[in-house]
Amino acid sequence: MEANQILFIAIALLTVLSAAMVAFSNKLIHSAFALLATFTGFAMLYVYLSADFLAVTQIVVYVGGILILILFGVLMTHKIYSTTKKTAHNSLIVSLLGGILSAGLILFIISKAPWAPLLAKGFNPTTAIIGKEILTGYLLPFEIISVLLLGALIGAIYIARAEDK
Amino acid sequence: MEPLVQFFYILLPFLRDWPEWLALTVIGIVAALLMFGFVAIFALFAIWLERKVSAHMQDRIGPMEVGGWHGWAQTIADTIKLLVKEDIVPENADRILFKLAPAIVFTAALAGFAVLPWTQDFIPADLNVGLLYILSVSSFAVIGILMGGWASNNKWSLYGAMRSASQMVSYEIPVALALLAVVMNAGTLSMRHLVMAQSGNILDWNVFNFFPLTAVAFIIYFVASLAEVNRTPFDLPEGESELVGGFHTEYSGMRFAFFFLGEYANMYVVSAIATTVFLGGWLPPFEFLSFIPGPIWFVGKAMTMVFIQMWLRWTLPRLRVDQLMYTCWKVLTPFSFAIILLIGLWKVI
Repeated sequence: MEANQILFIAIALLTVLSAAMVAFSNKLIHSAFALLATFTGFAMLYVYLSADFLAVTQIVVYVGGILILILFGVLMTHKIYSTTKKTAHNSLIVSLLGGILSAGLILFIISKAPWAPLLAKGFNPTTAIIGKEILTGYLLPFEIISVLLLGALIGAIYIARAEDK
Repeated sequence: MEPLVQFFYILLPFLRDWPEWLALTVIGIVAALLMFGFVAIFALFAIWLERKVSAHMQDRIGPMEVGGWHGWAQTIADTIKLLVKEDIVPENADRILFKLAPAIVFTAALAGFAVLPWTQDFIPADLNVGLLYILSVSSFAVIGILMGGWASNNKWSLYGAMRSASQMVSYEIPVALALLAVVMNAGTLSMRHLVMAQSGNILDWNVFNFFPLTAVAFIIYFVASLAEVNRTPFDLPEGESELVGGFHTEYSGMRFAFFFLGEYANMYVVSAIATTVFLGGWLPPFEFLSFIPGPIWFVGKAMTMVFIQMWLRWTLPRLRVDQLMYTCWKVLTPFSFAIILLIGLWKVI
């Protein structure tokens, strides 16, 4: 096995195991902190695919923004010390059926998907290309997203300051 | 090929005969250990300097006994004391997270060293997105601080961690915007190319570019970076009069030492970013001084910034929480937006 593959398996294990911890951990706060490893694993996978800008943006947005918001939400939960995750107990047959069906669906898609072989290209910088594409070919989605975010920002401020009235 | 790998290949020619992955791994580990050694020695020196600076500013003389000359061995003695101290984990603490938190904070601080350009040839990793990378790894420190504050199971720790996190998240915005003003002009995020774009004499440094616009961006960056590393006047997260010790109240011994080491490493990292982006990195101020090697200029400039941080610590009183948020959102952020707009206008005209 090549060193490259060992590295990939290590990254994949980190991502999948920490994601499993997010889902199965008994304490809410442990789930939230396990997300840190999952997001880092994602960023590593992007580096592995030589998408450097995407990897760094992933860390800035998910670890620096979303994870901190999630943590603040969890820390401000009432009686967090004694809260355990309450998993709903649905009937075994229905959940088993649902699980098998979605697993079959995913397997079907995997078997049909045209997997691209690992590109043999070198580690080319992507930042400049991404910048140009966003401001030329994908300008409309970019502008729509920025308007959407502005709306979310104003809405959040409105909700947060509602008590003043 | 990475400049660092080339540097090692020239230094140790037998590495070429090894399989590539083994050579790269060895070089990576050696570089990481070098950086760790630098952080440790820097922290020893900086803590001693901080004590001397604070003492002289308060008309005292500071440590004088240990080691003989002006108490130079005081921090070494303190480190040994910390190493042999009992390692206390509070009974109701979350043991795993409590032990993990100092490691994450220190890793985040050390990871920043990966892209610092010491000279043209010695830069551990000349990433194409270097500046963005350094900003992104600093967000790991926030998670580590929140982790430590929560896991300690102590209200002062939690308050300190929350304050620290909200402060660091808010001040990331003026930091990024102030750096963007320079990046927009240089057209690169690579730390090495940012410095190379400033070659010439002192007037070619970015801080004097578009005078006085980037000079203001530099001041904004410096003020916001003080808040990023929780230094006075933004040290509310560890305000001892209200929060005992902030997020590291419950930590003792080696784990406390690692928080401290991370804090001093961060001081150096933000100073080194300021040096790289605004003050010409390893370049000498005048051409005739270029016989002095690059690393000396780089470390010297960064240490000057560190000294200014200490100077401010013993000069300014601590801000209140509302003043902290006011400074960030109503002063620094609008001004940095204005600078970006004005530099854009200047470039178009």
